[in-house]
Amino acid sequence: MRKLSKVLAIVMVLSMIAVLFAGCGDKKPSDDTTTTTAENYSELVALKNDAEIPAEVTFDDFKIGFIFLHDENSTYDKNFMDAAKAAQAKLGLKDEQVIFKVGIGEDDTCYQAAKELAEAGCDVVFADSFGHEPFMIQAAKEFSDVQFCHATGTNALTAGVKNYHNAFASIYEGRYLAGIAAGVKLNEMISTGKITADKAKMGYVGAHPYAEVISGLTSFYLGAKSVCPSVTMDVKYTGSWFDIAKEKETAKALIASGCVLVSQHADSEGAPKACEEAGVPNVGYNISTINLGPTTALISSKISWEPYFELIMKCAAAGKTIPTDWCGTIATGSVQLTELNDAAYADKGVAAKAAIEAAQAKLKDGSLHVFDISTFTVGGKALVEGAPADVIYDEKFTPDTKAVKGGYFQESTARSAPYFFMTVDGITGVIPA
Amino acid sequence: MKNSKNLSEPLIRLSKNDAMPPWKAWCVRAGAVVAAFIVCAFIIVILTGYNPIEVYVAMFKGSFGTSGKFWFMLQKTAILLCISLAVTPAFKMRFWNIGAEGQVLVGGLATAACMIYLDDALPTVLLIPVMIAASVLAGIIWALIPAVFKATFNTNETLFTLMMNYVAIQLVSCFVTIWEKPKGSNTVGIINAMSEIGWLPTIFGKKYLLNVIIVIGITIFMYIYLKYSKHGYEISVVGESENTAKYIGINVKKVIMRTMALSGAICGVAGLLIIAGTNHTISSNIVGGQGFTAIMVSWLAKFNPAVMVLTSFILTFLGRGASEIATTFRLNESISEILTGVILFFIIGSEFFINYKINFRTKHIEEDKK
Repeated sequence: MRKLSKVLAIVMVLSMIAVLFAGCGDKKPSDDTTTTTAENYSELVALKNDAEIPAEVTFDDFKIGFIFLHDENSTYDKNFMDAAKAAQAKLGLKDEQVIFKVGIGEDDTCYQAAKELAEAGCDVVFADSFGHEPFMIQAAKEFSDVQFCHATGTNALTAGVKNYHNAFASIYEGRYLAGIAAGVKLNEMISTGKITADKAKMGYVGAHPYAEVISGLTSFYLGAKSVCPSVTMDVKYTGSWFDIAKEKETAKALIASGCVLVSQHADSEGAPKACEEAGVPNVGYNISTINLGPTTALISSKISWEPYFELIMKCAAAGKTIPTDWCGTIATGSVQLTELNDAAYADKGVAAKAAIEAAQAKLKDGSLHVFDISTFTVGGKALVEGAPADVIYDEKFTPDTKAVKGGYFQESTARSAPYFFMTVDGITGVIPA
Repeated sequence: MKNSKNLSEPLIRLSKNDAMPPWKAWCVRAGAVVAAFIVCAFIIVILTGYNPIEVYVAMFKGSFGTSGKFWFMLQKTAILLCISLAVTPAFKMRFWNIGAEGQVLVGGLATAACMIYLDDALPTVLLIPVMIAASVLAGIIWALIPAVFKATFNTNETLFTLMMNYVAIQLVSCFVTIWEKPKGSNTVGIINAMSEIGWLPTIFGKKYLLNVIIVIGITIFMYIYLKYSKHGYEISVVGESENTAKYIGINVKKVIMRTMALSGAICGVAGLLIIAGTNHTISSNIVGGQGFTAIMVSWLAKFNPAVMVLTSFILTFLGRGASEIATTFRLNESISEILTGVILFFIIGSEFFINYKINFRTKHIEEDKK
């Protein structure tokens, strides 16, 4: 026994040394030569968003399975669940045809859930959380006659798995419009003498410094700036997608540092509650927060997944191809604003409504672009035509595609998941050191 | 005199019952399970209005519905059993190790680190032994720290091991932000998804078979170790009475540290199986509270590895049944967690009726006194 433990100890020590050495070796800069130069950025190719949907689709033998990260107690998942139920009601499917799996983690459990749904005869399997993606791809490879759809993912375009699809929405447009509601409120505060124009600082509670969050906060800022030119913004991250206490703390810290309006990209009600307590105007996400802040909640932007669910159900039932990567827009009904809270404005929201409606019409007809390069600078300089972004997923986040085209940064055009990842002047704390 | 005698004889009196034969004890336990299912049936009808038989059928389907579900249940049972086996020697020694969650997590972290950093450096034949060594070593270190403090300074091991869990969770969170793909997403994704380097091999085409076989091996080892080895005997003696152990010349400090090292080593293996054998990814909640559930598995089985096979199966079965109920009836998992709670309450409660006898006041005692 004693001898055996000695031998074991020696083996372990040796292997640890091996790990250390190999670890050191790994640090050598080996692939500096692969840095992309301006010449080899690929041209931006716009997604094909349309699908041929026959007028009449029958759903007799049809089944769809949904995989949710949490249950309805999370606003993020509730948004998906409500949309699935709405699509079910609209298309007249029975409960047995629409299977929900709740509380599915971002690990092997997701693969197992997807596999069980496929084995149970589902024609389509959908998963709602970013971390589900690799496990969905794994299941998609195994069940090639079942369609696998995934929200917020980035790999469908490049994975080469025909029955695997991504989807998202141009939520940056919704954020921009919500930003206008914030900007109008700031103007009101300036004109009534509550603050001076140079004190128009907004706070933003972010989850993680991830492209989806950065794209959202930048478009929110640009929306506010379009009506209130002197606005600035400070960003703080919670390091979690859902943490009521932390989001509340972070909002409080932002308010204490002089922010006069707060918005968020995190899934709980923490920030709106902190704002109501401090009497600070708030812009929410995914759900209307008027009940939490009767006089402080302004508006929320949200993604409605109902149009996408309807699309994939119809496509799969009719045997038509589901778009590889689909991006919902204001026009498809995927990007929405919740009701504007009239009580939060001195003029009962008249000015805000008019400004939002005007901008929305322009976004729809293409005369206005959220990331118009004439409206913002990065590091003191305006972006130039052909400036790149990391569209094709890679580990190092290398910019690879000419994303600025026609005078604006084409967000969610080449890939549905956002890829705007830079600090616009006027915002601080976007990308932590 | 007669009056006071009547007062001192209560209506119900409990006495210790050491003599219940095993078959009778198992009848009591089975009766408790049946009773639990009857009570649950009422709860189901009152809260949801569904037919309880249908709910129970769904519960069984969750574990046995398809061969895929059956294998998944076997795998989950194996992992839970592995962690339960790990905590058992410490518990038998009355060392309250509630840090299995953290010990498994650091084992998994060491495994993931090897898979990420050594994928090109070592051939697979060498990489897997290195992964095993690294995960075992990480588990041992995590378990030995509180053990050394307990043996040297007599610190409270319950608090210490609990705190070590949080350190492990933060450590993993930290590495997740280093390894996350893409940056900022807070997910590591499947490690070596294309090359499958460092994944434990699939044998006979069954994804989870190797995990199951390894855990069967550990179960047999632990059974023999606790029951027939000198070490196992020392553990029992230290657990019964430290002073007796000292008196008969057992080095208590050494036994504590050796036993915790063994606990940590097996936790490390569990971490290896979770990361390299199952999920191929890492996150701070990948152990999912099984380090705590394992304590219940171990206690319910009275630290007997053979019985633990059964108790870990029951707990996994209830968990899988719970999610199947949620899916079939489109509920969330709360109702099934209530049911699990009721069933466990009955199972644990039945031990009371096995260990104690209930005596009612009898007439003839009074008559005898006359």
